[in-house]
Amino acid sequence: MCNNIDVIISNMAAPVSGMGEAPAERLPINSTSFQKKTRSKLVSIPGTRPSVQNGQLLVSTGVTSLDYLLGGGLAVGTVLLIEEDRYDSYSRMILKYFLAEGVVCRHELFVATAQDNPDDILQELPAPILDDVAVPKAVEQPRLTGEPQDSLDAMKIAWRYQHLPKVQSALASSSRFGHYYDVSKTMEAEIRQAAKCHRFCLPDHVTPSSTAHRLESYSALLKSLQEVIHREGFDLAAPMSKSRNILRVGLHSLGSALWGDDLCCHDKPRHRHALTTFLYGLRALLRSSLSVAVVTLPSHLIQDRALMGSITRLCDNAIALESFKGSERETNPLYKDYHGLLYVRQVPHLNCLASQLPDHKDLAFKLKRKQFSIEPYKYLGAFGCEEARRRSKRKQL
Amino acid sequence: MFTELNSILSSSPDSVTPGEFILVSDRQSDASFLIHHFLSFYLRSRCKVIFLGLVQSFRHYSAVSQRLGVSLTQAKEKGQLVFMEGLKESLSVLIPQADNTESQAMNFLRDPPVGLRSLYEFVRSCAVGSGRAEDGAEEWGPPVLLVDDVSVLLSLGVDAGAVLDFSHYCRAAVCSQMKGNMVMLVRCNGEEEEEEDGEEGAEALLKGLTHQCSLNLHVQGLPTGYCKDIHGQVEVCWKRRQGDGPHTQRNLFQYKVHDKGASFFPRGTSSAVL
Repeated sequence: MCNNIDVIISNMAAPVSGMGEAPAERLPINSTSFQKKTRSKLVSIPGTRPSVQNGQLLVSTGVTSLDYLLGGGLAVGTVLLIEEDRYDSYSRMILKYFLAEGVVCRHELFVATAQDNPDDILQELPAPILDDVAVPKAVEQPRLTGEPQDSLDAMKIAWRYQHLPKVQSALASSSRFGHYYDVSKTMEAEIRQAAKCHRFCLPDHVTPSSTAHRLESYSALLKSLQEVIHREGFDLAAPMSKSRNILRVGLHSLGSALWGDDLCCHDKPRHRHALTTFLYGLRALLRSSLSVAVVTLPSHLIQDRALMGSITRLCDNAIALESFKGSERETNPLYKDYHGLLYVRQVPHLNCLASQLPDHKDLAFKLKRKQFSIEPYKYLGAFGCEEARRRSKRKQL
Repeated sequence: MFTELNSILSSSPDSVTPGEFILVSDRQSDASFLIHHFLSFYLRSRCKVIFLGLVQSFRHYSAVSQRLGVSLTQAKEKGQLVFMEGLKESLSVLIPQADNTESQAMNFLRDPPVGLRSLYEFVRSCAVGSGRAEDGAEEWGPPVLLVDDVSVLLSLGVDAGAVLDFSHYCRAAVCSQMKGNMVMLVRCNGEEEEEEDGEEGAEALLKGLTHQCSLNLHVQGLPTGYCKDIHGQVEVCWKRRQGDGPHTQRNLFQYKVHDKGASFFPRGTSSAVL
């Protein structure tokens, strides 16, 4: 009986003569998506790579600096919690990066919102920068001769670049881990529609004014997610009848009052455990399937710090964003290079004893047009950034 | 199994003191590495281990135990280890389906205020079952109950009082009746001085369990701040009843967790400093 996912994938190549008898080919039910690196066989799901530390399967969040903070990427089967900034601008941006990365890697998406239509988020996905995707192979082929269909396209001067894929077709061969996006443009509809997307809009499932709303919105979401996982074959225990893929789950503004929760409204909410029970069930679902989730939560509305602690512990990765918008720091020269601060609340240690703690605890982020950069915050002294730069330039001379 | 911790606790796999309730607690830190230690320790001392893994999958514990030199899959097959995977069992309760034939241990999720009786019954049936020697089965030592972790039960809506009752019943059954041991992990999030109402449950649970236990390993971050080479400090507190009355003994160590174990050293003697 095989427990390793690399053996699952390698078994796909084997003849499927035994598929008629289902039990013989099934995985044991207690297998999960964490795999130890036992052999050097790599998993062939596009858009994933094994971690160098412990062989876990990782996917990119769409933000390469965030991937680095999380230890190379987001492990399949885990949850990333993003504590929203006050106006939900940057947390929503990271959620969009995550979903856009799923589209580019041909993963399936599952988006859930409480009030807005999930399509609103999907239509705002940033456009991928596709000419970055070309794999820089050493091209030593000679100029093309004897291939009539290429004679019109054959380059005469830049013939070394002949074999690099053209801009639009790069999407098909996206074996690179982590892409860059241009936030000033939205993803074209044809690229977006190529990805399979499952939507969950809460008003469709539970009427907002009903008494059931308060307690059942989370269980409806959990049930819907489980149905999608079973139906589309993301279960680890599912028979290997088709190629495996990753399901990217994006849950927007969980814990807000729109989900029927009163965590954000009262100091002592009556149903404090509704969200935490949901997160527990979410962890159970993710550990037993090939999926990964990003959850945004308006933590600034939750008064109970102890509850935030329990919520953070139930998610594997957790970061918090604090943007400078609207605060006095927006015009403070010390912070003018950045858009906000980023706190790493939790990094998991899965399948190993020690976690990879980040080197720096003070991190700041900046959303540039082609990159969301996260870097250690450099305090440049009382004179601020410009003065320090001038002084260091003088020293260089 | 961390050899340095064994010498600190004066324990070895060959001679296990019966009837101990070891509480592993942490405050704004992560003490789960100690659970892995105790799991491999009791498996090596050939006790029957009942593990309630409520927060992680079996695969996680199995991978870490492999690095510590113990195979959980083999122990399960031989019948030495009974592993209850809370995450897996909970799904059938949280998302009710037509055919839920799973065990009743996680039934408390359906109606948390009712309490943890079904979980206790599960533990008791596993512990008592070890007494019967089946044909061809190996004889294992006294039962040991390991729970990782108890604080997640509070997040799932169970009352702190119900959790304390559960631990008391388990202690009576496992430690007193069957002369086994018990190890529980409880996690706290707030500062010790703050008395927030929201934290009532977790603080009350921690205090209650500390009162019940015979040995407490309390893990905290360094009071001086974050350090990459020293991951935190462990306070070891015995509550043994010596001949001359109740006697508490406390020791403070700093620790660092590696890939294959953890090293413990007295304050200020970290290899990074010396």
